[in-house]
Amino acid sequence: MAVTKVSNSGIKTGVLKYDSMLAGNAAYDPAATWLIQRINGTGSSSTITFSSIPSTYTSLQIRGIVRTDSGTGIGASVRLNGDTGANYASHQLYGDGTTAAVGGAASATSITNGGGLGFGSTTAANIVGAFILDIHDYASTTRNKTTRVFTGRDDNSTGFIRVGSGLWMNTAAVTSISLVTSNGSNFTTQTTFALYGMKG
Amino acid sequence: MPDTSTEVAIATTTLGSAAANIEFTSIGSGYTDLRLVLVSSDAVGGLITMQLNSDTASNYSRTVLNGTGTAASTANQTNRTSITIGPNNAVSGLWSLYTVDIFSYAGSTNKTVLSTNSVDQNGSGQVGVLVGLWRNTAAITSIKLTDGSNFATGTTATLYGIL
Repeated sequence: MAVTKVSNSGIKTGVLKYDSMLAGNAAYDPAATWLIQRINGTGSSSTITFSSIPSTYTSLQIRGIVRTDSGTGIGASVRLNGDTGANYASHQLYGDGTTAAVGGAASATSITNGGGLGFGSTTAANIVGAFILDIHDYASTTRNKTTRVFTGRDDNSTGFIRVGSGLWMNTAAVTSISLVTSNGSNFTTQTTFALYGMKG
Repeated sequence: MPDTSTEVAIATTTLGSAAANIEFTSIGSGYTDLRLVLVSSDAVGGLITMQLNSDTASNYSRTVLNGTGTAASTANQTNRTSITIGPNNAVSGLWSLYTVDIFSYAGSTNKTVLSTNSVDQNGSGQVGVLVGLWRNTAAITSIKLTDGSNFATGTTATLYGIL
């Protein structure tokens, strides 16, 4: 017999009814990447911090363009959860157009392989460096945290390209990420960092 | 939770026949960054280059770091008429992977790109990373990839926008 009418009049009192077809189930969300927060440089601070990062993603990525108010080719270090202890290590592979080289650091107070990512005030106007930082399994509470960084800058005279890995010897979930210029210079207003959460 | 994906495929091109160029045009300004992903071969090993907004003047530069399996090298190229993304795969039937991240493509700064290339030819090839600069503050509305030896049939390029 064909269904010609549907009514809720026979539903027992106390039984939850749903107005939504989702019926209490989580909606399917095909999105894989979400923008969590964007922070622009102010021109008066050498530190940019993403805080209160939720633990609902698989990995994090920070993307940005960078310029500071002094120097030529500044670097930036990365600190997690505000930890200033000697709990970081890093490796890096880089080239400046003349020399291809490697480097690393152990028991450091930050991940220091953000070097060469940005330009300073002595570089022609409107030229910026670029930066991508990935932090995998950041919400784990059983694993130390591994990062990957890809940075570069070029001003049609000099350039610097770098890939690096970083280690934070701590199993806490990452809830904040700070980027700090290596020479104390300030991120200009042309600096923009965006934090993305990724699933899958 | 609504679909709030911040990485959106803008366009995809798969070549039905060999061609010298792949071009994305009429790119809107509604994103923060662009990401181009290219899977390519030409069976010759020709160089893949990129021009933005059809600019053919000497407004491009790059700094590159390559590894071939036997040596690492770096180079800096200035005042070029394009950014060289890397060599195409010289072996018929083998495909290479390239990514190009174009930052703040609609912003007011000169345009900086970060790019990777993975070119393995079973005994030869390279892995490379590079930073490129286009000395122009205009918003990017078109991207043109060129391989003088022709991209092979089946070459696929996808352009993503990142909010």
